[in-house]
Amino acid sequence: MRASFVFSEVITGLRRNITMTVAMILTTAISLGLLGGGLLIVRMIDKMQLIYSDKVQVMVSLTDDISANDKNCSTSICADLQRQLQGSSNVETVTFQNRDQSFQRFQQLFQAEPELLRLTRPESLPATLQVKLTDPSKADALVKAFTGKPGVKTVDDQGVFLQRFFGILDSVRYATFLIALVQAAAAVLLISNTIQVSAFTRRVEVGIMRLVGATRWYTQLPFLIEAVVAGIIGSILGIVGLGAAKVFFLDSALSGPIASGVLPRLDLLDVVAISPILVGVAAVISAITGYVTLRLYVRL
Amino acid sequence: MTKVYKTSTRPALDNVSVEMGKGEFVFLIGPSGSGKSTFLRLLLREEVPSKGRVYVSNFDVAKMARRRVPRLRQSIGCVFQDFRLLPTKTVAENVAFALEVIGKPRHTIQKVVPEVLQLVGLDGKADRMPTELSGGEQQRVAIARAFVNRPLVLIADEPTGNLDPDTSQDIMLLLERINRTGTTVLMATHDHSIVDSMRRRVVELDHGKVIRDDARGVYGVGR
Repeated sequence: MRASFVFSEVITGLRRNITMTVAMILTTAISLGLLGGGLLIVRMIDKMQLIYSDKVQVMVSLTDDISANDKNCSTSICADLQRQLQGSSNVETVTFQNRDQSFQRFQQLFQAEPELLRLTRPESLPATLQVKLTDPSKADALVKAFTGKPGVKTVDDQGVFLQRFFGILDSVRYATFLIALVQAAAAVLLISNTIQVSAFTRRVEVGIMRLVGATRWYTQLPFLIEAVVAGIIGSILGIVGLGAAKVFFLDSALSGPIASGVLPRLDLLDVVAISPILVGVAAVISAITGYVTLRLYVRL
Repeated sequence: MTKVYKTSTRPALDNVSVEMGKGEFVFLIGPSGSGKSTFLRLLLREEVPSKGRVYVSNFDVAKMARRRVPRLRQSIGCVFQDFRLLPTKTVAENVAFALEVIGKPRHTIQKVVPEVLQLVGLDGKADRMPTELSGGEQQRVAIARAFVNRPLVLIADEPTGNLDPDTSQDIMLLLERINRTGTTVLMATHDHSIVDSMRRRVVELDHGKVIRDDARGVYGVGR
């Protein structure tokens, strides 16, 4: 097998069919960009689960009069609650956070939303007992036990909010994968069509090749490589697009939550980490598509 | 052998049995639709016979595995009425193409291409494009391409069909020269004068049957 021959055939093939090639590359790029987006969301969820797994707490908000008057949980109601919580099973630590501390935390969390900060007074935030659990998934019992006790305003399991948030991320991810799939179908059809057109424009060459006894590999390999090269170029474009979307869009759109530590930071390294997957998927899919097309539709 | 195409009830070839020896020069004649093309296609394993067997050299053509077909075709050279040159490649590149696609090493190609171009009388025109050549010259390129790998058999399907009588005569001289190197030449043709002047073996087909096989024949007896 002479590499230079196959290589020059591939170049000619891609150039001769330039509009189709471009369409094929762009569709592949979009499809793989979306797939990459989905994969990035998966990575983000993983990171968040790491960040939050040791932070998830049950938050017992105290009634307004305690919040207003008790700076260090010295009233009997508050102290009782703290003692009871500490005595419960599944509880690791209990920390008291008074109204001023709550407000500080609030300011830190929402520094990206100055309007919200301006509208919020310390008085609207309750003092809380923050309960860290040994097993956050069994928070239900504690929530039930302490809801309605004297001095307790509400009991919130942060895990529930987190699950809801992860749920939203999950559906975004599924939607992304779904669009990626539709795009992938379009890309596959385009690849198949491009190969058929390519084989048709080169039917004289291929006819001669068959006649002088070129093996199947010699006649088909240029078409296959053509598809794979276009697929790989598409995937690289997709990756570049993902990187650009991260730098020019995500970074500024999510700067607030990222700075306050609510959302994990997505690095360019994350994009780099998923790129081998994208290139691999592109190469494998275009190769399979090419092979099947040649088998089914093109007599070589 | 017999060949019936799926779309037809009448056999394209009907119980045809022909043997050609190594180094022979054979004309295959007959009106359009007589089965000449089918005959050639069976030799090349473009088709398989419905019944019977086809042998080329040591190849059991009808029975051989598909992956071995390239080997068969490498031992058969083909020339057509319409030349089938690649318009984007030069004369030398067209000839070299036949060797490149069967994986011959570059130094071999660089050696044999000029040799064969000289043999067909095209030395000095290696870098011309096919469109710059006359019909006769284009057919010489096609013959060079068919012969460059030194096939056992050269199949020519109406090689003079597009050429004027004088040029046709030149092409025939070239085919004779190739035949003298020991290559079997099988030529399908309608050209009376050529068949008559060459006095070689003539196999005539009509409606898929061999109706004549003369050792030193002419085109039409009593026509």
